This record gives sequence, structure tokens and C-alpha cells, in this order.
Amino acid sequence: MPLATKILWSIVGVFGALAYGLAIGGVIRKVMARIQGRIGPPVWQPYIDLGKNLSLRTATHHGVMSFIAPIFRAAGGIGVFLLVPVVIGVPALENFSFSGDLLMVMYFIFFGSLGMALGAAEAGHPHSPIGISRGLAQMSSYELPFALAVVALAAQAGSFSIREIILAQQGGWLHWNLFANPLAAAAAFLAFLGMNMYAPFNIVGAPQEIPVGPPTEFNSQFLSLLMVGRATFAVAKIVLYMDLFLGGAHSLPEALVKTFLIYFWSIFVGAVFPRFRTEQSIRFFLGWPTLAGIAGVLLVIFSH
Amino acid sequence: MESKKLPVLPVSAPPEGSVPHAPLGEGCFLGETQRPKAPKLREALATIKNWFRANSLWVMAYGTGCGSIELRPLTTARFDMERFGLAMRPTPRQSNVLIISGYLAVKSLKRVIRAYEQMPSPKWVVGLGSCTINGGMYWDSYNTINQLDLYLPVDTYIAGCMPRPEALLAGFGYLMEKIKKGEANGWHHYLENLDWYKENQKKVITAWDLPDYNW
Repeated sequence: MPLATKILWSIVGVFGALAYGLAIGGVIRKVMARIQGRIGPPVWQPYIDLGKNLSLRTATHHGVMSFIAPIFRAAGGIGVFLLVPVVIGVPALENFSFSGDLLMVMYFIFFGSLGMALGAAEAGHPHSPIGISRGLAQMSSYELPFALAVVALAAQAGSFSIREIILAQQGGWLHWNLFANPLAAAAAFLAFLGMNMYAPFNIVGAPQEIPVGPPTEFNSQFLSLLMVGRATFAVAKIVLYMDLFLGGAHSLPEALVKTFLIYFWSIFVGAVFPRFRTEQSIRFFLGWPTLAGIAGVLLVIFSH
Repeated sequence: MESKKLPVLPVSAPPEGSVPHAPLGEGCFLGETQRPKAPKLREALATIKNWFRANSLWVMAYGTGCGSIELRPLTTARFDMERFGLAMRPTPRQSNVLIISGYLAVKSLKRVIRAYEQMPSPKWVVGLGSCTINGGMYWDSYNTINQLDLYLPVDTYIAGCMPRPEALLAGFGYLMEKIKKGEANGWHHYLENLDWYKENQKKVITAWDLPDYNW
């Protein structure tokens, strides 16, 4: 496939990821509403919210970094998505997967939040730095089990390429890393709860506590860019998890079903738990998930 | 209250195509009226934008008086305001609707002005309860204002003492219709007549330590 076609398909892919991410957001709001016995908003409500935020005007500014922060956030989401193959075997949907892409993805997951941290701190509202410090603390703690799980998978497949890891899982669902290395999968899926920041790990947004946390001072177009970043990042994360643990996907419907199930693991956990405090959350991630991650790495080392 | 003697300006739509008086200079965004190119396209675009704005109203989660007790049930399963795209936002930067829920103490008025001016345009004010219309049962109180639209441009009033959550939902429905028709232009009126509003505000807030406009 020529590079120009590839780039064109990637742009289509990013918009597709955005549409899917927003739709998932709508389904989440609907599901949460049904759990609480409400009717809930229409599924397309996030699209309306995005359109609304784009049609507001503001003349407020807090400085250069607070302008750049939403761009960093969106770039983090789009960056992760562009490196992760969505459907294996279809060159148009394999994105820019290369031999060391897993390391690059690990970096990009951090990238958006760091940019956001700089921008939110400049906005000057006290709730922003509180949310950011909580977010970065939680992030550092869930990165540990996640990184251990990734190392275990890379050692198992003998490669840091997501494509290689997918290919190593072919030949039936029992070959998926979810079953081939259940300890690494446990570590990564517990880390996923922290990554998605739904209850009990929603200490960053923390409604009723630090009302919305980092984006307190962001409005209109800045907020819509943050929404775009959030939606694409969510899709990129679940596609990455599908590739790493559920054997990737051979067709788009398969990818949709698998990613949907992965995402709803964190929603259903979030629906039944109250919120942890910051230190409880960090203690949690440095406990059983990290031990499972270490055990997963040891399992690979001693079984090969 | 001395505010009773002040003349009341009617809230009207901005004149079509005119560049309104912008007391705040370059930084003051008055929406689409500043760009008089391609009126047909602009009108169509404004209709679409107004539809988006009306169907995703984010309400500032701030209560001034006893009326805010009637706001809380709106988020519950019984009334469920999320059905209509209404959501509570805890920060003025992300809110579109400011509800003055009941009596407004002069002390709160200062905070309300601050919050209102920080909201991105277009923005709307809903006066909830009879206290915002004529003072209600607090009409002779020494520290509450009697008539809200002397200080902030009100787009919708919901009368009653207290109005039930159903009345609130009906009021929001009315506001949404008004926004879709492009008739909810209180924010525009506020910027056009900023001097008049500031004069009124300064008459009741004696310890005035706010900037001319809270960005």
C-alpha cells in the first residue's frame, strides 16, 4: 500500500475512532442511567455536547501552556491510536505498526497527561493542580502492573511489536494471552480500571469533591478538544488491550464486539463501587496487581 | 430598596447585521453579529448552532436561596433532567445556564456576577421563584435584591414559591424553544448595556471590589 493511501486511511481511522469513542461515551451514560433507574440521555448526547462546545465563544486565556494542553491531550490519544493495529490482515486498518511500537505506545499513554498537567496548572484554579497531582500519582502506580504485564507479553512473544504479539496468539481462543498468561492479563486488566478512571478510581475528576479536577478552567473549544482526546484515547486503549490480550481482530465487527466488552469491564466495576481515596488507590495498584504482574513475568521466564 | 426607582430596559434581540456597542474592546465576543458576510449561510449556521446549544444545556451547580432544594430532585430517577441533555457543571467556565434559585442576597449577588461573567457566551439566566421577580416573601428584607433583571439579563422566569421540579423542567423546555428560535439574547443585551447594569450593581454592592468585567 502506498504511503499516501496509508495516511488517508489513518485519517479516516482517527475520525472513525472519534465517532466510536463518542458513541461509547453515550452508551455509558445510558447504561449508568438505567442502573440508577433513570431513562438517561440519548445515545448521541456526546455528539451534541461536542457540537455545543464548538459553538460557544470565549475570549479568556490563561497563557500559552493552557492553550497547548488540550492539543497535547488530543495528540496523546491520536498518537496511541495511530500506532495500534485495529484489524490484522487489513492493511488499511493496521495503522503505523512497526517493530518497537509497544514501547512508543507506553510513552504516548503518559504523554497526554503530562501536557495536560502543565496546562491545567497554568489555568490557576486550585482544583486543577489537586486533580493533576492525584492523577499523576495514580498513573505512576497503575503503570507498574501494566508495564510488568507488557514485559511479560513481550518476553513471551519474543518481540516488542504489537503485530508480532497478535500473530503469536493465533489458532483458537485458548491461545489468547488472556488464557495463555492469565497472571499478566489480571495485572493489566486491573491496571485498566485505573487507566479509565471510573469508580472506584475516579479520584481525578472526583465529583462532589474537587468538582471536575484538571479541566476546571477549560471551556468551549478547549473543552471540545479535550473531549476529542478523551474519546480517541479510550478507543486506542481498548484496541491496544484487544491486540495484547484478546488476540486482535480479523474483521471490524469482531473488533467492535471485543473492544466493547473490554470497555464495559471497567463500566460494570465502576457502577457498583464507591470512590477510593488517593492513598487507597495507590496502595491497591502497588499490591495485588503488581504481584500478579511480577508473577506473570516469572511465569514466562521459567516456562520458556 | 432604592433599586425600585430605576428604569427597566426591555430585553430585545440584537438588530440584524449591526456591530453592537462593545464596551470591552477587542476581547468582547458578541457572537455571529460581528461577521455580516453571507447572511443566508450565517443564518443556517446559527440555526444549527442554536439547536446544539439548546439540546446540551449545562447548568451551573450553584444555589443562591431555598429554591435550589428544588433543583436537586431534577438529577434523580423521578425527574431525570439528563433526558433533555441538561447536566450540572460545577464550574462557570463550562456552564451555559445560571439559575438564580430564589432570594438573592447582596453578598451572593457579587459572586453571581462573577460567575456569570466568567461563563462563555452565549449564556442564559433563569430566575427561579417569585423572589427573583419582585422579592417574594423577602420583598422588604434589608439585604436581598427584589428585581433580578436590574442586575443580570434574565431569559426565563419560573414563577412560584417554590415551583415544583416539573415547573422547572417546563421552564427549561421554554428556554430551549427560545434558544432554538434565536430569541434568548440576554447575554447580548448585557454586553450592550453593560454600563447600565454595572451602575445598578454598584448601587447595591457598596463594597465594590470586583474588576470591570470578570474574564
